[in-house]
Amino acid sequence: MSDTVEPILEVRGVQKFFDGRQVLKDITLAVAPGETVVILGPSGCGKSTLLRVIIGEYAPDTGHVYMWGEDVCCASPERLDTLRQRFGILFQSGALYSSMTVGENVALPLREHTDLDAQIIEMVVKMKLELVGLRDFENLMPSQISGGMRKRVGLARAIARDPQILFYDEPTAGLDPIATSVIDQLVIDLRTKLGVTSLVVTHDMKSALRIGDRIAMLYNGEFIAIGAPDDFRNPTDDRVRQFVEGLADGPIPLRVSKTDYLSDLLGIRKEDLA
Amino acid sequence: MSATSFVRLLERVGAQGEGLLAYLGGLGYLTLDTLKHTVAGLVARPRIKTDETFFQMVRLGVRAVPIIALVQVFVGMTLSFTLAPVLSDYGQLDQLATVISKAVFPQLGPLIASVVLTGFAGAAIAAELGTMVVGEEIAALRTSAIHPIRFLVVPRVIACILMTVALTVLANVAGTAGGGLIAYLVLDIDPWQYYHTAMEALIVKDVATGLIKGGIFGFIIVVVSCYEGLSVTGGAGGVGRATTASVVRSIFLIIAANCVFTALFYFVW
Repeated sequence: MSDTVEPILEVRGVQKFFDGRQVLKDITLAVAPGETVVILGPSGCGKSTLLRVIIGEYAPDTGHVYMWGEDVCCASPERLDTLRQRFGILFQSGALYSSMTVGENVALPLREHTDLDAQIIEMVVKMKLELVGLRDFENLMPSQISGGMRKRVGLARAIARDPQILFYDEPTAGLDPIATSVIDQLVIDLRTKLGVTSLVVTHDMKSALRIGDRIAMLYNGEFIAIGAPDDFRNPTDDRVRQFVEGLADGPIPLRVSKTDYLSDLLGIRKEDLA
Repeated sequence: MSATSFVRLLERVGAQGEGLLAYLGGLGYLTLDTLKHTVAGLVARPRIKTDETFFQMVRLGVRAVPIIALVQVFVGMTLSFTLAPVLSDYGQLDQLATVISKAVFPQLGPLIASVVLTGFAGAAIAAELGTMVVGEEIAALRTSAIHPIRFLVVPRVIACILMTVALTVLANVAGTAGGGLIAYLVLDIDPWQYYHTAMEALIVKDVATGLIKGGIFGFIIVVVSCYEGLSVTGGAGGVGRATTASVVRSIFLIIAANCVFTALFYFVW
């Protein structure tokens, strides 16, 4: 990102604790308008927590999040609602409203926040569903379509009001390679054709390299690498290399238990073992 | 009892009391929030969702009509069988309709209707909202600037209160009729006689307090079940716990509130 452009989204010194455990350690990140930033990292590294702090679901313990220069963390509920109408979120599960049809799901943000005519809304719904390739599924219930389809409908709903910023929580997790490509291409199209700014949280390395203008790798609650996709193709950091190449052995351990295995198995303290 | 175990007991009682206060505080907060959104929806946009409210009235209330009517007929019949021997001992069997209608209209009608409705509507609301929490639907609503209280809770609250009052009317009629059925078939009391006795015995207070209580019980059912549903944590197990808790706590609060309001109407009205 060049220094002259005012960032559309900025995270400054965010820390977050859960029950005394630090999940986010001093996160700072600036996203320029039209940029696609991918936050990459292994499971449990704090990716989803960071996303929830950014969208105003969790309040950070320290630090601030700015969107369009406005502090999300200190915004009044009314201001926050106004900001929320300008960005869209694709949840990991799609988070479709299970009591509404696919079409009603996509139509809801339009019905709730605009004065558009019912016919216009119906047209927009068809257009958005066509974008994700599911126009024929408009009248089905979410329980009648597959998990991958639900995610695509979730994306159609997220872009229903043409948001300026889109957040994706694991957009390709659990999708087949073709559906993954469809979603990836959609993210790229939204950026190139509509200039949408995207923040993608994922652990899918392939898709991160495909869609990201910049990639930030989160590990243990802090960024250990931020750079262009090319920097991630030949990483210098051992932890990044392990993640990118998907190696079982390396500095990132599989086992995250803090207690001693043997003493835990035997039910005695480590000191008594000796 | 040793000093330490006494302290521990006190701590436990304190913790329980704190939990209860927090729970009641949560209900109160939800009530205030709901009230705020209801008033806001009455005076300005975004309006209260009338179509959703009607849908919930059908879903929560109309489907409970047969079961509540049937239960209440049985209650009335049981009352008839129970009271007839006592009344005939005193030579007052012709006053059976008086006693039954006086028991049903202010007390058993609203009470039984709302207890049945708790299992019907309360459990459904808690399970539905709980599942929505688990499926991130509530988070999705909130982050699309659609307030879950306005969107989900307000229509359910209005629907549940209106339907409990309406079902109280039904329960009153069904209960009294159930008593009349036994009076006619077993005790040989003329149905018209029964009807007129009941009509003469009932005063405005009996009917009005019953309906007021019905509304209050409906409010208890819907606030408790919405609160339980929205505060679900921990997946499918949490939904199950919330459903059970909403039924148990609603019934407890309904019966306690019934006692309080009966006393209140006894002294005040």
